[in-house]
Amino acid sequence: MIRVALPAHLRTLARVDGEVAVHVPSPATLGATLDALEAAYPVLQGTIRDHVTHRRRDFVRFFACEEDLSHEPPSVPLPAPVANGTEPLLIVGAIAGG
Amino acid sequence: MSGVRVLVGTRKGAFVLTADGTRKKWEVSGPHFGGWEVYHVKGSPADPNRLYASQSSGWFGQVLQRSDDGGKTWQVPGGERVAGGEDFTGRPAQSNKFVYDGVPGTHQWYDGTPHPWEFKRVWHLEPSLSDPDTVYAGVEDAALFRSTDGAENWHELAGLRRHGSGSAWQPGAGGLAAHTILLDPANTERMFVAISAAGVFRSDDGAQTWKAANRGLRSQYIPNPDAEVGHCVHRIAMHRSRPQVLFMQKHWDVMRSDDAGESWQEVSGNLPTDFGFVIDVHAHEAETVYVVPIKSDSEHYPPDGALRVYRSRTGGNEWEPLTNGLPQRDCYVNVLRDAMSIDALDPCGVYFGTTGGQVYASSDSGNTWSAIVRDLPAVLSVEVQTLS
Repeated sequence: MIRVALPAHLRTLARVDGEVAVHVPSPATLGATLDALEAAYPVLQGTIRDHVTHRRRDFVRFFACEEDLSHEPPSVPLPAPVANGTEPLLIVGAIAGG
Repeated sequence: MSGVRVLVGTRKGAFVLTADGTRKKWEVSGPHFGGWEVYHVKGSPADPNRLYASQSSGWFGQVLQRSDDGGKTWQVPGGERVAGGEDFTGRPAQSNKFVYDGVPGTHQWYDGTPHPWEFKRVWHLEPSLSDPDTVYAGVEDAALFRSTDGAENWHELAGLRRHGSGSAWQPGAGGLAAHTILLDPANTERMFVAISAAGVFRSDDGAQTWKAANRGLRSQYIPNPDAEVGHCVHRIAMHRSRPQVLFMQKHWDVMRSDDAGESWQEVSGNLPTDFGFVIDVHAHEAETVYVVPIKSDSEHYPPDGALRVYRSRTGGNEWEPLTNGLPQRDCYVNVLRDAMSIDALDPCGVYFGTTGGQVYASSDSGNTWSAIVRDLPAVLSVEVQTLS
């Protein structure tokens, strides 16, 4: 299972507390994890990436193991500690605006 | 016992204000969707417990919410989990999926260059007059969408955007938004949409085809002041009993049409300034109209720091200030285009919200006012439901 930490507003929208965990076939990639997340929590569709193009929304960032994966392609493998569930994938709302 | 429910959209959430028919004691619930911009909340005329809300943010985009119990609980249509289980409905969550029909093409950008049509948010939700599951959405970049399944799925009514002038539409300072939708209660095939900064458009065939309805508008800020499109219409309103008569608050100028938008005449009359955003019509007097004059387009606050609603009982031209209970000094708030509404009780109630977070109400058609709440986030929209 891949652990995913969502920003507060998306936790509220998905009606979850704390991290969520989703099953992702190996090898776990960023794109497959987002696919699994949206399948498990349909309300998140369109909030992290565009419905049609799957382009990441401008003010959303992906971090894992102190790496910024925001500009990586969906096929990028997740770091091993994330893939094995030791560390979470962090989905972060950029600190901007009011 | 009759009552009213006031639905308030703000910069940081939605609020539901309720009172009985005396409209003296109010209960406030919220914030719903705290932290999100709620551009509009509106109830179905066919089922008052069915509400729709447009929730959006710069971070996470558009979300649509629906309530079936008058705003006590909300759900994202189609996105719900099976209660208590790990499985899901299996239905795709597409209530926030607004995709333009076909190849969207371009409109004009601020500098006059072509700019691709890009969906940003839903500004206005207009539920059908007869079917609780049918609702229209006016969106930015300007287009009209419709759902017939309670907001689970949306499809563009592309005839509006494909009006021959669409490629020439330009955004106003707030964006290129379809912000007003009026449904004709006497003619199910007729509807009006207002777009900033394009103008008014009317369809007589159920939103398939549209014609510009801007003759008589003059806008000094565009190269041809009498152009077919390019007018920054802020709001239009009609009385149910007389849908061929429209009233308009344009960027500057208060206007009136007696022929369903075929032509417009200015009725600003003795207003202290004819800039403003809101305009609405009395529930029982089709010639009684309300506006809130704002000093100018660069000073979005009332003249002289005095918040005054102006009422005309003559369909325009002759206006009287309504000040009793409203701040008459040091008031520098704005009242945005979707932030006035009128209930159907007798005498009718008039409601408006400000960018300072106050929601003012009058239960005597505007003669006296008091604040229902004073310290909400900036108010974007106010809608009232009259409950039996």
